[in-house]
Amino acid sequence: MPEEPIAVAMSGGVDSSTVAALLVRQGRRVVGLTMQLWNQRRFPQLGTGGGTGRCCSLDDVYDARRVAEQIGIPYYVVNFEEQFEERVVKPFVEDYLAGRTPIPCTLCNNYIKFDRFLEMADAAGAQQIATGHYARVRYSAEAGRYQMLRAVDGSKDQTYFLFGLTQAQLARTMFPLGEMTKPEVRELARSMDLAVAAKGDSQEICFIPNGDYAAFLSAYLEENGAEARRTHGAIVTTDGRTVGEHAGVHHFTVGQRRGLGIATGEPLYVIATDPETQRVVVGGNQDLLRSRLYARDVNWVSVADAGTGLRAQVKIRNKHAAAPATIRRAGDPCRVEVEFDDPQRAVTPGQAAVFYDGDLVLGGGWIE
Amino acid sequence: MQYVYFDHNATTPVDARVLETVVACLDRTFGNASSIHYFGQAAKQRLEQARRQVAALIQASPAEVIFSSGGTESDNMAVLGAVRARTGARHVITTAIEHPAVLAACSQLEREGVEVTRVPVNGSGVVEADSIRRALRPDTVLVSVMHANNELGTIQPIAEIAEIAREAAVLFHVDGVQALGKIPVDVRALGIDFYSVSGHKLYAPKGVGALYARKGTRTAALTFGGHHERDRRPGTENVPGIAGFGAAAELAAGHLAADAARIASLRDRLERAVLDRIPQTGVNGGGVPRTPNTTNIYFDGIDGEALVIALDLRGFAVSTGSACSSGAVTPSHVLTAIGLRPERARASIRFSLGISNTAEQVDALVNALEASVTHLRRISVHA
Repeated sequence: MPEEPIAVAMSGGVDSSTVAALLVRQGRRVVGLTMQLWNQRRFPQLGTGGGTGRCCSLDDVYDARRVAEQIGIPYYVVNFEEQFEERVVKPFVEDYLAGRTPIPCTLCNNYIKFDRFLEMADAAGAQQIATGHYARVRYSAEAGRYQMLRAVDGSKDQTYFLFGLTQAQLARTMFPLGEMTKPEVRELARSMDLAVAAKGDSQEICFIPNGDYAAFLSAYLEENGAEARRTHGAIVTTDGRTVGEHAGVHHFTVGQRRGLGIATGEPLYVIATDPETQRVVVGGNQDLLRSRLYARDVNWVSVADAGTGLRAQVKIRNKHAAAPATIRRAGDPCRVEVEFDDPQRAVTPGQAAVFYDGDLVLGGGWIE
Repeated sequence: MQYVYFDHNATTPVDARVLETVVACLDRTFGNASSIHYFGQAAKQRLEQARRQVAALIQASPAEVIFSSGGTESDNMAVLGAVRARTGARHVITTAIEHPAVLAACSQLEREGVEVTRVPVNGSGVVEADSIRRALRPDTVLVSVMHANNELGTIQPIAEIAEIAREAAVLFHVDGVQALGKIPVDVRALGIDFYSVSGHKLYAPKGVGALYARKGTRTAALTFGGHHERDRRPGTENVPGIAGFGAAAELAAGHLAADAARIASLRDRLERAVLDRIPQTGVNGGGVPRTPNTTNIYFDGIDGEALVIALDLRGFAVSTGSACSSGAVTPSHVLTAIGLRPERARASIRFSLGISNTAEQVDALVNALEASVTHLRRISVHA
C-alpha cells in the first residue's frame, strides 16, 4: 500500500470536515470514519431537538459522506452504539441518580473517540488519527512526554474535555484546528467549497435532545423498567428546615437557582443533593463557596505527577475561569487535594477539575 | 488500485448483454405498455417477452408472473396480500432466518391482529420441515420460508414443506430472491403458491422483480391505481428494467448449470484456503446443501466490521452479511438463530461469488484476508 493514511473522525460538522479537507489539501492520504454512537430515534417522545445539538443523525452521516465524496477519500460509518451505551450513557445515568453532575463528553473521548476509534484506525491501516477538537498537542523533549495546550481560540478550547487522554493516545493524535480560530476554520471551509461550511455548531450533549436531562433520564429509566425508585423528597435549608418538595434529585445540580419552586426573600441555590435521603439542600450564595476539593482518578498529561505540590490554575466546569490553586497528592497518586487561593462557587461532584499552567494542560481528575 | 467484488448476494453487476437490452429498450421502446398505438404495442410485446423469459426460468406459466419493483415488494405482496385476502386470518408461520422483507411484513400483520410463529432453525441454518408441521394450527393461513438464505446460502427443504402446507390446505410463500439464478427453480415441482424473485441478484438492474402467484391464488392489493399486471400491481410498467430482467433470466436458464459448478469450485477453493491458512476460522452453516456461490466464515477474535473496512482498503468487497450503510447494531439475526454467540457472529464475514470471479482473484483475496486478520488480531485489545 502507498503512504500510510490518517484516519479522520468525521461527524458531518464543519470542524471535522475541514480537518479532512485540509489534510487532503496537504497531500496526505486520508480515510474518513464516522462513529455511529446513538440511535436518535430511540426515544421519539423526547422530540427532535430542533436539529441542533445532535450527533449521529442520518443528516450528519449524509453530510460527512458528501464531504468525503467531495474531497475524494474512502469513507466508512462504524457502529459503536453498544460501547457508547456501556461506557458513556449508562455511567451518565448512574452518576445523575447518585447525585453527581456527570460529563459524558469526557467519557466519550476517553473510551470511544480515542480508544475504539484508534482501533478502527488500526484496522484501516492508520497509525495517526485527526479530529476537529480545538486543542493542541506537542512532544516536549524536555518533559519527555506529549503535552496538551489550550486551543489558540480560547472561546472554542475543548481541553477541559480532553484531560483524560493518555500518552499513548496523544502520541497518535493530531488536532489540526488547535492553531486556528473558529472564524478562520469557517473561512477555510468556505474557501474549499465544503458543503457544510455554514452548518451550525453542535450544542449540549449529543444524545439529549434540547438539553432536557430530566426527560432523558425518565425515558431511559422507563425503558429499562427502573423507575420504581423513589423520585421525590424534601428541599431543606442548611440549618435543617424543610422549605419545599421536589420530584427527584436528578433534576438538580449544585449552584442551580431556577426551578426550586420556592418563593423566599433572598435568592436560594442548590448547595448539595443527597440521593440516599432524596434531600436537596439549599442556601444562600455564600453557602456555595468552597476553597478546597478532592479529585480522584487523576490523569497527568503534560507533567508526570504533582511532585511535592504544584501551583496551577484549576477549572471546575467548562465555563469556569480557571482559578489559582495549589495541588497536592492526597493518598494514592491518582487522588489530589486542590486548595484554591480564593473560595470558588459551586464545586460540583461529578464534574472535572482540570489543572492548567497558562496554556499547558497539566492534568485533571473527577471532583468527589 | 484494482477492486474485486465478492458481494454478489448484495447485488450483481449488470451483464453486458442485459445492459444492451435495457439501453435498446430505453432508446427505442419508450411506449406505455397500456397504450393502444404502435408505440404502446411495442412496449407491451417487450413486456410479455420478458414475462415468458422469467416464467421459463422458474417453470411457471407467464400468466402467473407479476412484475414488481423488486424482492421486498414481491415479499410484501405475497405475505400481506395473501393474508389480508383471507377474512378472519389468524395465524402465519415463518422462520427465524428470513429476510427483513418477510419478517417486517409479518410484524405488520401482528399489528393487524394476526399471530405469527417464527420457527427456529438448526445449527446448520436449515429449518426442519417437521418444525413447520408442529407449528401448524387450524387457523394457519400462510407459511413463508425462504428458498436459500442470503447470509449462509443454506437451501431450505421447500418441497417437503410444500407438501405439509398442501395437506393442511395452507398457502405457501417462498422468498426465492437468493436462489434464482444460482440453483434450478421449478415452482410446479416444488408445489408452492407464491415465489418472490429479484432482478438485480442475477445480473439485471435494480428496481425490478417479480412474484410468481400460482393460478387461482388471490392477494389483496397493497397499492391502488390502474389495471396493470392483471389488477395485481398498478403503475406503468418499468419496461426497460423488466426487459433486462427477462434477458438475464434467459441467460441464467442457459448457463446456470455450468456457472454453478465453476463458482462452487471457486467458493470451495476459498473456504479450503482460509481454513488451511488462517487459524481459528470456520464455516457457519456448512455441511448442508448451499447455493454454490456463498460462504460465511468466522474469524475468531476480530471485529467483522473492521475486517470489511480493512479488506475494502485493499480492494476487496465483502460484507458482514448483516450490513446496512449505517452499521449494524446487533449481531446478525441469522447467525444468532443458528446458535452463534454474539462475539463469533460479529467476527463473521459473508463471501458471495459471481460469474466474473476467477481463481486468481480468490487467491488474492485469501492473501489479503491472511494479512488483514493477522494485523487485526495483533492490534485487537477488546475482542
